[in-house]
Amino acid sequence: MTVSVISAGFQTTVQDCGRAGLRKFGVTPGGALDPISLRLANLLIGNLECTAGLECVSGRLRLRFHDERILAWSGGEFEVRVGDNLVPILHCARVSTDAEIEILPQRHGRAWLAISGGINVPEILGSRATDLRAHFGGWEGRALRDGDELPLGVESELCARVRDEIADQVSDWSAPRFVGRGKLLRIIRGKNWDDSTGRKLLAQTFRVAMNSDRMGLRLDGEEIAPASRRELVSEAVTPGTIQLPPSGAPVILLQGCQTIGGYPKIAHVITVDLGYAAQLQPLHEVGFELIELEEARQLLREREREIALFRAGLEARFG
Amino acid sequence: MKIDSLGDSALIINLADKISDSSGLLARVLSAAETIERAKLPGVIDVTSSYESVAVFFQITQLGPDFEDRIRALIASAGVRVSGKRRRVEIPVCYDEEFALDLKRVANHTSLTPDAIVALHSSAEYTVACIGFMPGFPFLAGLPQPLCVPRLESPRTKVSAGSVAIANAQAGVYPLESPGGWNVLGRTPLQLFRVNESPPTLLQPGDYVHFRRITRAEFDVFKQ
Repeated sequence: MTVSVISAGFQTTVQDCGRAGLRKFGVTPGGALDPISLRLANLLIGNLECTAGLECVSGRLRLRFHDERILAWSGGEFEVRVGDNLVPILHCARVSTDAEIEILPQRHGRAWLAISGGINVPEILGSRATDLRAHFGGWEGRALRDGDELPLGVESELCARVRDEIADQVSDWSAPRFVGRGKLLRIIRGKNWDDSTGRKLLAQTFRVAMNSDRMGLRLDGEEIAPASRRELVSEAVTPGTIQLPPSGAPVILLQGCQTIGGYPKIAHVITVDLGYAAQLQPLHEVGFELIELEEARQLLREREREIALFRAGLEARFG
Repeated sequence: MKIDSLGDSALIINLADKISDSSGLLARVLSAAETIERAKLPGVIDVTSSYESVAVFFQITQLGPDFEDRIRALIASAGVRVSGKRRRVEIPVCYDEEFALDLKRVANHTSLTPDAIVALHSSAEYTVACIGFMPGFPFLAGLPQPLCVPRLESPRTKVSAGSVAIANAQAGVYPLESPGGWNVLGRTPLQLFRVNESPPTLLQPGDYVHFRRITRAEFDVFKQ
């Protein structure tokens, strides 16, 4: 079975939790820029949490279904409708044969749509995620276009049981929603952190530059001169790394980033806040708050525990 | 050995010391990365290496309490053993003008003739220090000193797949079409990144690489 893309929106891509274990080949982890949003939406409808779904950025995405499915979405401020019914964030909705769904951003940001059975494109290097930069994975290695027909996978029994519990069109249960701290991202020190550079990073509000993408957010603000002009030996970088190129304009690396880099790593956005960084679009404001490494790790453990609790609750109810 | 955190879910371990030269250091780095990967410690999801360092990526919820100590012990035990022999890979390159976009620029910088540049570039032995920047892109150490030329002042928005290029003390090959700021000297018909093969990259860290000059006609034959 397929789902028809009537209107592809802008830069809509097939994404899952990305590729693991391939950095030594220069292959980025990639996947959903906010993996937690995709995982929650998948869990809600009975999919395995890393099932491939759609990452929506802007423009109007319209899809037509040809069989019965359930879906859920998470992410930024979007309006999602199945026919005339509004689907609130992190709720399940039934989709009947020939139904149309529409996903429209209310403000800028990103949203992740999970469909029961998942988007069944071929797995490449262990994942169905689209690598836009290297042009592979997802649907033909590119963003969706009007008229694409995406293959859907077979629903699990769990999906069917969840569907049976939806009394009307939309579920009366939902997943926990994790809310960020507005325009503040929490960071920890990077290996090239120094206090004078760090103070300049913490003291101002930056604006996201136009040339930002899935690889990274380039930030405009008062220039930050690196403490040392010494050239560094290229080494590993990771999503969340804040690099400081000689231009003095910091870059926050996102999930689609390159695997190694040679610029100073002054700080890292903590993993728990990477999903909020993924909501930032050009011209948005962003600032930073410094926390300690152990606190960042504790927050991540707590976040994973909350997801595990939610998963266990669903299994108890539908499993 | 110096261990730093790389965000909240990775460590980066620098192995540089005052004793090793760059090739000895690379051998230790590769051996350490391989040893850590083979140990399959719980929670470890990726291990990668670069010129001087190894990075270990993990899922925090599955990590043992003595993780950092175990990493230290693994590196200490790794020595310089590298499994299997390091391979020698020959990369055919057509240096014809239509592919050698920056041969003149390099000639101006180095005061060498284009033929001398090609002769130097294709006679050196290179080592793959790491793969990165994009899938399958090899960072090659061993560029002859006279060929050290800075990057382009403003990067090209499009460099063709297969472009063989140099920048500062490094040589490399673009596996895919992409923006790029290195000086392009020629083009190889070989595919350096192949998603349906295992491993997906033609070159691996530690491989020795030679460039061999081919004609345009040979290039076309290779392409088929």
